[in-house]
Amino acid sequence: MSDTESLRETIEGIVRRFEGVPGPLLAVLHGVQDLLGHVPAAAIPLIAEGLNLSRAEVHGVVTFYHHFRDRPAGRHVLRVCRAEACQAMGGVALGEHARRRLGVDFEETTADGGVTLQAVYCLGNCACSPAVMLDGELHGRVTSQQLDVLLEGLAERKP
Amino acid sequence: MTVATVYISRDASALSLGAEAVAQAIEREAQARGVELRLVRTGSRGMCWLEPLVEVAGPDGRVAYGPVTAADVPGLFAAGFPAVVKHPLCQGPTARIPYFERQDRLTFARVGVVDPLSIDDYLQHDGYGGLRKALEMAPARVVQEVTDSGLRGRGGAAFPAGLKWRTVLEQVADCKYVACNADEGDSGTFADRMLMEGDPFVLIEGMTIAGLAVGATRGYVYLRIEYPHALRTLQAAIDTARRHGYLGHDILGSGRGFDIEIRLGAGAYICGEETSMLESLEGRRGEVRFRPPLPAVKGLFGRPTVVNNVITLASVPLILERGAAFYKEYGVGRSQGTLPIQLAGNVRRGGLIEKAFGVTLREVLYDFGGGSATGRPIRAVQAGGPLGAYIPASQFDTPLDYEAFAGIDAMLGHGGLVVFDDSVDMAQMARYAMEFCALESCGKCTPCRIGSGRGVEIIDRIVQGTDREKNLALLAELCDTMVQGSLCGLGGMAPFPVQSALKHFPDDFRRGA
Repeated sequence: MSDTESLRETIEGIVRRFEGVPGPLLAVLHGVQDLLGHVPAAAIPLIAEGLNLSRAEVHGVVTFYHHFRDRPAGRHVLRVCRAEACQAMGGVALGEHARRRLGVDFEETTADGGVTLQAVYCLGNCACSPAVMLDGELHGRVTSQQLDVLLEGLAERKP
Repeated sequence: MTVATVYISRDASALSLGAEAVAQAIEREAQARGVELRLVRTGSRGMCWLEPLVEVAGPDGRVAYGPVTAADVPGLFAAGFPAVVKHPLCQGPTARIPYFERQDRLTFARVGVVDPLSIDDYLQHDGYGGLRKALEMAPARVVQEVTDSGLRGRGGAAFPAGLKWRTVLEQVADCKYVACNADEGDSGTFADRMLMEGDPFVLIEGMTIAGLAVGATRGYVYLRIEYPHALRTLQAAIDTARRHGYLGHDILGSGRGFDIEIRLGAGAYICGEETSMLESLEGRRGEVRFRPPLPAVKGLFGRPTVVNNVITLASVPLILERGAAFYKEYGVGRSQGTLPIQLAGNVRRGGLIEKAFGVTLREVLYDFGGGSATGRPIRAVQAGGPLGAYIPASQFDTPLDYEAFAGIDAMLGHGGLVVFDDSVDMAQMARYAMEFCALESCGKCTPCRIGSGRGVEIIDRIVQGTDREKNLALLAELCDTMVQGSLCGLGGMAPFPVQSALKHFPDDFRRGA
């Protein structure tokens, strides 16, 4: 089966899961990204067709929300909080440290595909700031040294 | 011999400080020493500076140890743990810790106490008492009770909840909805998250009562994607409630139905604005809607909809169970009941403090918070999230009450307080307010979409010393345009932190060149 056919089958399967659900587009996009790691451009017409929407409507929603990405992330995703409570405890410096250490800017992935660095605006850990989230795991009161330890741990861990 | 019960939080914040490793170390050590114990995972007590907090059930209530690291565990056992032992980490009875003892725990009464996933635990701690009463009352009577309690929207707008409910009740429609706003995006706030992770059934019960009161049969929780722990806990609790007949077609054999579905956001701050949230729930771009029509008249999928924040809905079961008069005994003036205050940022003892309205900012910052974490003087506090004003030390005697805060051109919002010490550059914080607005603007109206970007540039010019007086005047005008001309609170309030920084900390804008 070709890649195109396989993508069509995948999308149709996800759309079917939300049959009868009102306003399902966001849920379908979550389904696609959870499964494929991103929402590929080729999926947009298929989603539009499946939900009886225009391509523009689907594209508009995908690009509105920070969470949806059009290309795969790295094997690991590091999200550093940039909001006020973290700024009050050195969050800006922590973000700069992450950029220097990984050699990428926010919303970029390291050359080896290892880590995607993302800015996030509040993880709800504001009494234990600064906070980061690494692969869905929350860390509080993070120092530059602790961030280094977390990232070194990734290098040793098989993806 | 009785088996000791040990409690450790599974709240995301506690986990972020190593609570899981502590729990594992305790189980390992107990096994190695042949000590039998029962480990219960709870929500957090909200004393974040003591997390990971370990509690042991004693004859006079729970005794607390904290902050405990996995490395401390062998030492604790060597001293005799889980029996109550003298140890440098021992904080004494949890209920007697001043930070906890001085609170008014109503909405958060069970958080940190019960196993959030155990419906038996919930029932044993007065859970579903409010729903049982509501089922015996006429819908209008339930709405009246909420109105009489004085409960106002805890999401930030402080609109009287009963009034909103009455509007929805009065609508004739084939279908109505309850939409719970759990898109807690304000920096410095985490009360919604803590509640959903620590006592999810109370939110489910509150939404169910709201549904019965206004005639809605379906509820949605719009939950932000940044809260994966809350999602897991709340989803498990919804499934459990349904299995036990507390959700579904026939709630507790009453013949009346209500059910709840979680819908995930996708990282957009604007979706905390209620009409934008409704757009997002319908699967569209989170662009704000014009008002009127109000969501209470024409809301989700064009139907009458109660839109309330997590804490508002979670406060309802107690109001029904104990009565409006009981709830009203707390608070001052038109700010009745309690507010879960979230103390965050540069503060020694950060955490969640549920307190009757009327406590002063100073009491919260110093008596509870113990001053800044760095030990330097507190210079400013941002209240009410990224759209809230910066409050200078000269105004710290302001009581936490909606009207008193409005009186100093500030807002309480969702109850988040972010503390900054004297190293903060207020011009940079003002710049950030505009930057954040530009990043998160939905783009529908011009003052917000264009104004915020221009605001960043103007502040940069002021700080650099380029035509400073001219640009200060321009910034004041821009702020005025955004406040008056924006469609919703994002563009309409993003100038508040800027204006307050200019007013209270003018020197910070005049340092450069």
